[in-house]
Amino acid sequence: MAMAADDIERLIKDRFPDATVQIEDLAGDGDHYAATVVSEEFRGKSRVQQHQMVYEALQGNMGGALHALALKTAAP
Amino acid sequence: MSEQDVQDWIGKQIAGNDVVLFMKGTKDMPQCGFSMQVAQILNHLGVDFKDINVLEDMSVREGVKTYSNWPTVPQLYIKGEFVGGCDIVREMFQAGELQEMLNTKGVANNAQTQTA
Repeated sequence: MAMAADDIERLIKDRFPDATVQIEDLAGDGDHYAATVVSEEFRGKSRVQQHQMVYEALQGNMGGALHALALKTAAP
Repeated sequence: MSEQDVQDWIGKQIAGNDVVLFMKGTKDMPQCGFSMQVAQILNHLGVDFKDINVLEDMSVREGVKTYSNWPTVPQLYIKGEFVGGCDIVREMFQAGELQEMLNTKGVANNAQTQTA
């Protein structure tokens, strides 16, 4: 199972409307992505908390439909 | 084991070992690229860690995700604290923050002399 980059971006944008989202399909197989998410909401949060917020936005797809998503998060 | 027993068991491993890595495979034979990266970083830093192979036990594989509210493996714990998965550990290592954390928490590693 795989997920389209657009779907990943939409889920993240739904949760973080202010976010800049960059998604790269690493292997061209729709299954290995790298995502960079920059949102004001990350300010003051630990890295673990920031990633947890993104995983939450992905609604259980991480570790499921989405096998590999290298994640980078930051506040602007 | 019940789900609660699994949570208790995971808690005990984390409490009983300074550095614990839940991973796919073992430190000598990782079976996933992400697990391998974290094991390599720890080895590179000369950190003694306990490896727990989640592929050996489906209940631990699922249980550790619940434990930390983190959907993937590997998962690194230092002195009882969840540090993160592969991305975070790599980022921290590259920034020197992981070395700093080990030193602050008093975990022996070979970066000690440079930052102490």
